[in-house]
Amino acid sequence: MSKLYYTYGPENASFKAKVEELSGENIDLCFQCGACSSGCPLTEEMDLLPSTVIRHAQLGVEEALESKTPWVCITCFDCEIRCPRGIDIANVMEALRQMVLRTKYDRFTLDQLTPEELRELPQIAIISNQRKLSA
Amino acid sequence: MKIPYYPGCTLKTNARNFDVSTVASAKALGIELVELPRWNCCGTVHALAKDDVMHYLAPIRNLIRVEQMKEEGLTDMKKVVTQCAMCYNTLKRANAAANEDQEKMEKIRNNMEKEPEYSGRVEVVHFLEILEKGGWEELARVVKKPLADLRVVPYYGCLLLRPREFSIDDPDNPRVLKDLLEALGAEVVDIPFKAKCCGAYHTVHLKEVTAELSHRVLAQAAEAGADMLVTACPLCEFNLARRQGEMRKMHPSFESIPVVYYSQLMALAFGLDEEATAFQENDPDPMPVLVERGLI
Ligand code: SF4
Ligand code: SF4
Repeated sequence: MSKLYYTYGPENASFKAKVEELSGENIDLCFQCGACSSGCPLTEEMDLLPSTVIRHAQLGVEEALESKTPWVCITCFDCEIRCPRGIDIANVMEALRQMVLRTKYDRFTLDQLTPEELRELPQIAIISNQRKLSA
Repeated sequence: MKIPYYPGCTLKTNARNFDVSTVASAKALGIELVELPRWNCCGTVHALAKDDVMHYLAPIRNLIRVEQMKEEGLTDMKKVVTQCAMCYNTLKRANAAANEDQEKMEKIRNNMEKEPEYSGRVEVVHFLEILEKGGWEELARVVKKPLADLRVVPYYGCLLLRPREFSIDDPDNPRVLKDLLEALGAEVVDIPFKAKCCGAYHTVHLKEVTAELSHRVLAQAAEAGADMLVTACPLCEFNLARRQGEMRKMHPSFESIPVVYYSQLMALAFGLDEEATAFQENDPDPMPVLVERGLI
């Protein structure tokens, strides 16, 4: 993941196509301005900047699936209102999450919470968390 | 005016104060919010993956209830009003996505055989949009107890303003809460982070991350000398208010600051009783500062 550059070959095309299909976004529109990353409130917790995730997707680099970033992304759409190319980055993050979750891999399960924690949380928090982090 | 009302799950439990203050202040404005019969959870988040039609069923089923209400004569409009920012976003987006793509709409219909067919024609609106349409001057006329000297910071959060297509206001420069609070007579102060995320559902498994994000918002409010922060979302409220203990662990000098729903301040300014304002359900307690300002 720390590689500085990747090359794009035919073997990368299917991953990119899958991300585009699931996200509904035309990833090639991105010209790497970084506006999405500048507005993102969670970059400190991420290993790849949102704009770097988009670059990975453009090049069809599957390592994007190993990044923490899509899980740290909170779907706040702060990037969406900034992108001068009209890409909804949150949709791309969702596509990456889904590609992992659909291999029946849960990122977080509620049995990791104590009964007290579970009791104090509002439904809205629990349901949205599970919608985003479990298969 | 009778409008179908979708409260959503959290307004019936943790955020009861949001629900009762909304219904009561709407009534004071001559608006009867009629709760949908047999509503269900909207799913809380919009299904962003393009092939995820299954998660449209829950929100669309609620819109079918609105059409049924109209057929039964319970309302004369094909409109549903919500108060929770997440419900608003989820209902609005599922409706738009289904209408945009007839193939999806067909799939939704086929998967809900026991329900009447959804026409696609229900309009989803947020309560703030109704208030804005009614006019701030009209609203100010109902105010019995202006919130003079109460210094408030409006906080919009994410989903009332974003994505851009579904915003109830200008997402770069929102002002609907400011206009409303000014109509109530309050002194309104803006903060740069008025629409920065509170940490949302990370509150479940990344408590500290959420507390940090929410703390940044509250720190700006404190710096602005605010008496309280005003919110429009039950998840924002939980993170901004109920995670203050967590914030203090991380920032020992943090002083607690009350967080209230805008509808509670409406009920207060309209001179409604404590059943309607329901401040007793807020924590930190907003009463001391309200008493100090001579509002209670
Ligand atoms: S939606 Fe995700 S990537 Fe975009 S600004 Fe919010 S947290 Fe960052
Ligand atoms: S804001 Fe848009 S164009 Fe700029 S880097 Fe992010 S995705 Fe690319």
